[in-house]
Amino acid sequence: MHALAGLPTADTLIDANVVDYFIIALYFVFVLGIGVMARRAVSDSIDFFLSGRSLPAWVTGLAFISANLGAVEIMGMSANGAELGISTVHYFWVGAIPAMLFLGVVMMPFYYGSKVRSVPEFMFRRFGTGAHLVNALSFALAQLLIAGVNLYLLGSIVHALLGWPLWVALLVAAAIVLSYITLGGLSAAIYNEVLQFFVIVAALLPLTLIGLHRVGGYQGLKDKVAEFAASAPASAAVPPAGQQLESWPGQALSGFDSPVWSIVGIVFGLGFVLSFGYWTTNFVEVQRAMASNSISAARKTPIIGAFPKMFVPFIVILPGMVAAVLVKEIAELKAGGSPAGGASGEGVKYNDALLLLMRDVLPNGLLGVAIAGLLAAFMAGMAANISAFNTVFSYDLWQRYIRKDHSDDYYLRIGRLATVAATVIAIGTAVVASSFSNVMDYLQTLFGFFNAPLFATFILGMFWKRMTATAGWVGLSAGTLSAVLVAFLTEDAFGDVSLGVIPIGGQGAAFLAASAAFVVDIVLSIVVSLLTQPKPASELRGLVYSETPKEDLVDPHESRLPWYQRTIPLAGVALVLVIILNLAF
Amino acid sequence: MTDPELTAPDPDDTRLTRHTAGAFDIRNFIGALIGIYGVVLTLMGLFGDKAYEKTGGVNANLWAGLVMLVVGAAFMTWARLRPIIVPDHVGRVLDDPTRPAPRRRGGH
Repeated sequence: MHALAGLPTADTLIDANVVDYFIIALYFVFVLGIGVMARRAVSDSIDFFLSGRSLPAWVTGLAFISANLGAVEIMGMSANGAELGISTVHYFWVGAIPAMLFLGVVMMPFYYGSKVRSVPEFMFRRFGTGAHLVNALSFALAQLLIAGVNLYLLGSIVHALLGWPLWVALLVAAAIVLSYITLGGLSAAIYNEVLQFFVIVAALLPLTLIGLHRVGGYQGLKDKVAEFAASAPASAAVPPAGQQLESWPGQALSGFDSPVWSIVGIVFGLGFVLSFGYWTTNFVEVQRAMASNSISAARKTPIIGAFPKMFVPFIVILPGMVAAVLVKEIAELKAGGSPAGGASGEGVKYNDALLLLMRDVLPNGLLGVAIAGLLAAFMAGMAANISAFNTVFSYDLWQRYIRKDHSDDYYLRIGRLATVAATVIAIGTAVVASSFSNVMDYLQTLFGFFNAPLFATFILGMFWKRMTATAGWVGLSAGTLSAVLVAFLTEDAFGDVSLGVIPIGGQGAAFLAASAAFVVDIVLSIVVSLLTQPKPASELRGLVYSETPKEDLVDPHESRLPWYQRTIPLAGVALVLVIILNLAF
Repeated sequence: MTDPELTAPDPDDTRLTRHTAGAFDIRNFIGALIGIYGVVLTLMGLFGDKAYEKTGGVNANLWAGLVMLVVGAAFMTWARLRPIIVPDHVGRVLDDPTRPAPRRRGGH
């Protein structure tokens, strides 16, 4: 590592010493080691893209949440915690868990049981070319973009923490992700995600505990937040202490003034439309479940993932809240000031909350673990995007439309080439993101709108055999367009470009746009279906509930397992737990 | 494992044998990494700069190190007690009539 000390270095945000570097280097040795070991197991394209469908449920379950526990999640959610307080938990307890349980209980049997290799392929089987192209192309593009954003965040953290120039950090990070995915394919990505999960916990748990200790425990944190909210100048628009410390009705998060509409917005907009659209149809996550070894394990993947997922907010949001009262710069920012410094060098932002808290409370040693954890999270995010991209690109675009009927080796090679190309494009995207970060934010918002109508199309298609192929692509396109349209009409979903005709801003605007997409998709799909010819019932087996024999949807061996290894009881326990958490906070 | 050339005319027979994941059990990787972190942090806690002004008077490295040692050992023990059995032959994806057919080399 110290060979790199010869590079020109900027002032670093954090003083890492030789022990910290050792800890970080050790992590990378393990990451690459897993890539090399997984390489031995890859013999054909199913191994490479779907891990040979051989992994146990706890592995895919942890990978399922780890794939999502990337830069955007960790930095973004701790930033929200610092700015808005505890109502950020809705992104987890309302905006993730119910959808994950629904995916496992209701939708996974169709995905796994129909033997499709990707979510767009399910789209193809159910609705044919039109819907498949819309879905496959928008997904592939979104993954390239998000991989670039993850890489940019990774590079900027390395730059801020270790002082490497941004371009060196980008190249090194990309090279590492590239090498383990091209070597070991999805197995390497998944095994690394599991390792990353534990490193992330090892990084964030001590940070949270020491941070809480410094502010006098949870009670001390509450007192300090209340004190801060009372003394902050009105111009800073700090949410009142009640809103920062109670998750419901969550006006600080939704941006609605009325508590009733805030609850409606969070439950329907975030909890139903946005989160079901994301969690149940996003191939990045679903791919992890498809890699498991049985239909039972595939169904349990998101459900097992739900248990750690519901406790993630405690190690992500709480440190953000602690940072807002403990870290000088973040407190200044929240009180309406604009302190200099930060990871970007252009002034402190809420995104810096976690880094600055690490600087203030962690001794050398734990600091190294914390940096390794952040790097792990960002690589997990990027690797997940790229491994999902290469599958969709190779199977759904290249094999389906460009070069059919070649040998399996050929598609395996295409998959590896797609990985290299995706990494190069991600580096390009990251460079663009470094100069136009706002554009990137709005593009992400835009791609988010491709998810919103997907759930409507999938759920209608799975349970209504009358739904036609035309309805599939019409509903999907019209839903996406209406979300974009509504976003333009709100105050700030696309920043200055939004017109402000609908007087809703912040997260509320995204909830509204997604809800519009959902409603438009459902209504249009029903109307178009009634006017067009449905597919014959014989082609719908495994794709539509009423046309699929019950035994195709369940694992015959599952009833012999003890209750804590069965899908439905596990999902029930998770649901009860998340309701208790909602009541408690 | 017996030599497939001599005893098993069908090469698929030998692929049905099962073996444990051994070193490539992810739990061993997790246990080893967390365990080494535990050793390093424990040593830092005992001999390094304790930085009490940052942690609020807690020897954070020492405590975190000890916990990580226990967690690392637990993963190693779990992997030892309940080894993963890897089926050599994973069920093939049945052919989907709508899918352009990949021609497999090697015939399995």
